[in-house]
Amino acid sequence: MKQIILNYPEARKSLKRRPRWGESIIQGLLIFSGFFSIFTTIGIVYELGKEALLFFREPAVNLWAFLTGTQWQPHIEKFGILPLLTSTLITSTIAMSIAIPLGLGVAIYLSEYATPKTRNLLKPILEVLAGIPTIVYGYFALTFMTPLLRTIFGQDTVDIYNMASAGLVMGILILPLIASMTEDALSAVPRSLREAAYGLGGTKLEVALKVVVPAAISGISAAIIVGMSRAIGETMIVAVAAGAGPNFTFNPFKGAETLTGHIVRISGGDLSYDSIDYNSIFAIGLMLFFITLTLNIISQQIVRRFREVYE
Amino acid sequence: MSELNNTQPPQMEFSDDLRRRNLSGRIWMVVFRLSTVVGIIALVTLLLNIINQSAGYVHYEAKVDPDTLRVDGIPLEEQSKEQLMSVLQNNLSSGAYNKLDRDKPFAERDRGEVYDLVFDRVVKYKVEETWLLWDSLTHSREIKASVPTEQSGTELKFVVWANWDFLRRQQSSDPVLAGVRTAILGSLWTISITILAAFPLGVMAAIYLEEYAADNWINRIIRTNINNLAGVPSIIYGILGLAIFVRVLEPFTSGTLFGITDPTTANGRTIMSAGLTLALLVLPLIIINSQEAIRAVPGSLRNASYGIGATKWQTVWSHVLPNAMPGILTGTILAVSRAIGETAPLVVIGASTVIFFDPENPFSKFTTLPIQIYQWTSRPQDEFRFLAAAAIIVLLAILLTLNATAIFLRNRFSRRY
Repeated sequence: MKQIILNYPEARKSLKRRPRWGESIIQGLLIFSGFFSIFTTIGIVYELGKEALLFFREPAVNLWAFLTGTQWQPHIEKFGILPLLTSTLITSTIAMSIAIPLGLGVAIYLSEYATPKTRNLLKPILEVLAGIPTIVYGYFALTFMTPLLRTIFGQDTVDIYNMASAGLVMGILILPLIASMTEDALSAVPRSLREAAYGLGGTKLEVALKVVVPAAISGISAAIIVGMSRAIGETMIVAVAAGAGPNFTFNPFKGAETLTGHIVRISGGDLSYDSIDYNSIFAIGLMLFFITLTLNIISQQIVRRFREVYE
Repeated sequence: MSELNNTQPPQMEFSDDLRRRNLSGRIWMVVFRLSTVVGIIALVTLLLNIINQSAGYVHYEAKVDPDTLRVDGIPLEEQSKEQLMSVLQNNLSSGAYNKLDRDKPFAERDRGEVYDLVFDRVVKYKVEETWLLWDSLTHSREIKASVPTEQSGTELKFVVWANWDFLRRQQSSDPVLAGVRTAILGSLWTISITILAAFPLGVMAAIYLEEYAADNWINRIIRTNINNLAGVPSIIYGILGLAIFVRVLEPFTSGTLFGITDPTTANGRTIMSAGLTLALLVLPLIIINSQEAIRAVPGSLRNASYGIGATKWQTVWSHVLPNAMPGILTGTILAVSRAIGETAPLVVIGASTVIFFDPENPFSKFTTLPIQIYQWTSRPQDEFRFLAAAAIIVLLAILLTLNATAIFLRNRFSRRY
């Protein structure tokens, strides 16, 4: 007994110093897993950058012609990204002009107008819509939207593969994403703000549009930007329905390949390494990566900078 | 000021204005409701469109009328394996019959396979014309009148494309005999690899970030980075997979490192590469979901554990993880259902070649359900579109089951503190 009391500080020290190898190994593993995502990013930037560099070193390619050329024809050594870029922009614009108004409408309805019962019924439907694989939407674009557009606008004006059909269906794909992110932002606005606005005599619409929406504007803009980045990176719908072959056109009823659609078509066959086609998908991929990364960072910054924090 | 100068009774102006405000309120309410209705209509149309293409009348022309192949008056459908073999023997040259036996001995084939062979080699159904479900139901009389069924070998059948045989059969270039077994097995193999790689890594990363990481700049970078990775288009992961798993790690992903020399293996474009690529894709989702689940475990539980002398890892392993597990599993299932539906990255790493054989190990060439749908959708013939619709129904059924499981887990095991 006496001994233990005498040695108490000593014992405490030894307990503290006792090496716990198991704990250290586990902690090492955890740190490695934590850092793994960094390795992934480095991997993406390094691999895309390395192969893209090889692509730009090709004698047939120069950076200026790449950014401003209106022809992408690898077999005659024309590498202008514009046709791929414009078709990506056209399909995304069509998609966003569907998804933003409808998505905001759905979100405002769900958060401000719907009874809890309706909301509990509709939110899962939105989630189902968001969980459907994009290839299914591609199938829908080709077998439903394209024939529909062709009956409305005529067989001659609308190609079998066209950007309008892909864009419209992409809008349906992005709608639930924007709606659910916006709904989250609107629901986060505290009840007291709404009550105060009603107390001042506002109608339901005025409370929703002039108080709740402005209070949640950072979340809503973030939702729209995330939707945009999703539209630009969307692949299977455009690969199935928007047509094969780069085409520099602003007519949405014509077929034209997007950035993503081109990557899928080129790599669909057996691609041989170090060919100019192989390197070109890395250059296009790098471009895609930076566009979507920029949009994502902007959306995060908006949320961080302009978020109204309520108790 | 305005009150003093106002000659009209203020009550009047106020109610006028109120009427206008209420009217615009009502109009906008209709607009909001309408956009919700449009969203629901889109979902319903999408499903109806798929169902419409997944069944209907098919006009077949057979090279040999199956009615003439009766053995002792027993139709093909009810014949035993031996009787079906005799049909094959009688109708094929002995060379062709022996070659079939050499490819895979008849003793090893089951009745279903022999039955398919009879149709593949002897009956040789050809699809002449197809009808959608809606037309088949509304115009069935006209369709029946338009097909000369009394002719030998001509048949009109109502076909539900997503049937039991469709699940059982291998991929085939003949739409009558094509099935999704190869694709389903490919999807299962791929997803197993994905789960094995991404689940432990994702959960460990989440534990690190929530329980161990200090709030310093490097850990903030990791958090931001994970959010950014979740927003990277899936096709970029495909390009990364092509460069790293297919090309650089080829000895590993093609299995030559383990002494597997499969002649069908094509330079790293294997299940292993696909599974690992999808693992990278879902990793950020699993981390984010697991982080949320771990964060929801109250601090009092941890303090109680420390209080009785547990170490950090003991606390995490025996108290934090068990309590966070339902949330982690739910998040993982949702991430996995995203991976099952992914097409683009797998097309890029080169899975889109047509495969007629079931995958046997992680180093086999493969196809998956979404890729099968993509290939069939790209074919111009209607019957392949119908097969694609049938495959979509199978895919959606799998995803629905997974999501239902996730919701069940969430409701059954979620605890509130």
